Amino acid sequence: MKIKLIASVSISLLLARWKQTLVAAIGVTFSITMFITLLSFMSGLNDMLDGLILNRTPHVRLYNEIKPNKNQPIDQTEKYKQYYNFISSIKPKNDRAEIYNNSAIMQSLKKDNRVLGFAPKIVAQVFYNVGPIDLTGAINGIDVDEENRLFYLSTYVTSGNFIDLKNIPNSIILGKGAAEKMMANIGDVIQVTTTKGERVPLKVVGYFQSGIAEIDKVQSYATIKTTQKLLGESTSYITDIQVKLKDVLQAPAVAKEYQELYQVEAVDVQTANSQFETGSSIRTLISYSVGVTLLIVAGFGIYNILNMMIYEKMDSIAILKATGFSGKDVNAVFISIALSIGIFGGILGLIFGFGLSSIIDQIPFNTASLPTVKTYPINYNPKFYIIGGIFSIVTTYMAGYFPSRKASKIDPVIIIRGK
Amino acid sequence: MSNKILEAKNICKYFHDPTTVQVLNNVSFSIDKAEFVSVIGKSGCGKSTLLYILSTMDTDYQGDLIIDGQLMRNKKEADLAKIRNEKIGFVFQFHYLLNEFSVLRNVMLPGLKFGKYSEQEVEHRAIEKLKILGIENEGLKMPNQLSGGQKQRVAIARALINDPLIIMGDEPTGNLDKKNSEIVFQIFKELATVYHQSLLIVTHDNEFATRTNRIIEMEDGRIIKM
Repeated sequence: MKIKLIASVSISLLLARWKQTLVAAIGVTFSITMFITLLSFMSGLNDMLDGLILNRTPHVRLYNEIKPNKNQPIDQTEKYKQYYNFISSIKPKNDRAEIYNNSAIMQSLKKDNRVLGFAPKIVAQVFYNVGPIDLTGAINGIDVDEENRLFYLSTYVTSGNFIDLKNIPNSIILGKGAAEKMMANIGDVIQVTTTKGERVPLKVVGYFQSGIAEIDKVQSYATIKTTQKLLGESTSYITDIQVKLKDVLQAPAVAKEYQELYQVEAVDVQTANSQFETGSSIRTLISYSVGVTLLIVAGFGIYNILNMMIYEKMDSIAILKATGFSGKDVNAVFISIALSIGIFGGILGLIFGFGLSSIIDQIPFNTASLPTVKTYPINYNPKFYIIGGIFSIVTTYMAGYFPSRKASKIDPVIIIRGK
Repeated sequence: MSNKILEAKNICKYFHDPTTVQVLNNVSFSIDKAEFVSVIGKSGCGKSTLLYILSTMDTDYQGDLIIDGQLMRNKKEADLAKIRNEKIGFVFQFHYLLNEFSVLRNVMLPGLKFGKYSEQEVEHRAIEKLKILGIENEGLKMPNQLSGGQKQRVAIARALINDPLIIMGDEPTGNLDKKNSEIVFQIFKELATVYHQSLLIVTHDNEFATRTNRIIEMEDGRIIKM
């Protein structure tokens, strides 16, 4: 009963100044629309840029670094064991880049339930032969299925089918830049020379385009088997294990643990690509602050309109109080006016925000460096809508709070005697 | 004793701005049920100030105010609002109708706030009150479509909606012409005699006052005759 009464009074006051109310609501709508659009767009862009590198980067990479042995003979002699020995010009011994005992490591990774999956890899330095000229290159020997499952190989193989790599023996997927230099078409056979001087013919089954031109000029993909053959190594030869975790935030801890456990080098994605995270978080911060500023400006609009309404309706407030409405009731009337502007404007804003971001999602966006992106990226995260909705209500409540308190404190005697 | 619906004991009131002036000096009187009382006095003698204290809207005074056996001192703002709503009907010099609402709705508002009756019942009662005042046909109009006299009658209907203990009027005929003043007076008279409604009307219209049951005359913040 009481709520209904207060609602009916609020609605009447609202409708009495419907043009101003509408302007206030449009202010909220506009700011929420921009807030949603800005965040969706910015976050879509962030995801895309992060995806450019981070999706293809293992969360933890296990490899063998070629470096001098830490245990030098002098440290092991009885006499000098206690000393701190300085030795200059130590050279690494002729070590293999292979991860020792890799099948055991992989077995134990399989059992680790923090691990989403892993893909073994061989990095082989080669030369692509173009007539008399040799171009430096690197062939990544990969497990095609796992590489695709964990690191989305198929999304950047732009021509040809990535699965052919597995099905056609001695095949290669060339970087787009390398292929252009070699003028190799799909189906052609190219020659590569290994570091050991062997020349091997490989059949081109596709091109890949990573979005980073320097990489595309150098790298290419082949299967692990082909690469092992290329290098003349046994079937157990693997130089890298790329691990993808269920929770990327655990990567630094896990990397440290693996380094101890498996006696290999382990680097986590945060260390390897720290600049990306910084960029993303700053972009997000900027979009939030712009969105919040818009909302606060809209809040001031509501504050102004309510203040004016209170001055205009001073008599009405006085008479309501004289006939038995308490300060609390008057407060509730004006707060509900503010909130209904906020809720109405906010809901419209959420709808328009969704609409505007869907429109942006349709705008073509073609760039040579991003082969998989055809339109502007938008992230439709419900989180933005929830934040936007809550924010619209909170700001309008704040904007309504002070005018409402002022209205509730109006002394009817002063108004009525003043006439 | 049981007939006293309103009692004022030694009420004093000061205005502090710009200098401290005593406006009411030991005002004491009481009103019985069904009495039609008028308060007269020169302008500035404190009669309106007294009325606002009696109506509970002004709480800055010394002395005791007892309405319906309850002491008004130290009551919370919300409680006082409830007492105004349920026990006091107020008619001002100016009608103070809300232009956003229809006449009927204006009359209903204090009743809806009271919450004793359902909305349908309040509406029914409002129509009854408008009938008493002879303006039942104006119920669906907006206040600004009515004449001054009609507006004041709507204001009286609004004061009556919760069957108050007492109706207080602050120069209710002050803004009206002779003819409408007479109509309003006749309504008050009828309320007092037919419906046994207590009334306390502040006026400077001596002709109006002489026709009431009892006159309280004030001068310089004191009651000089009652």
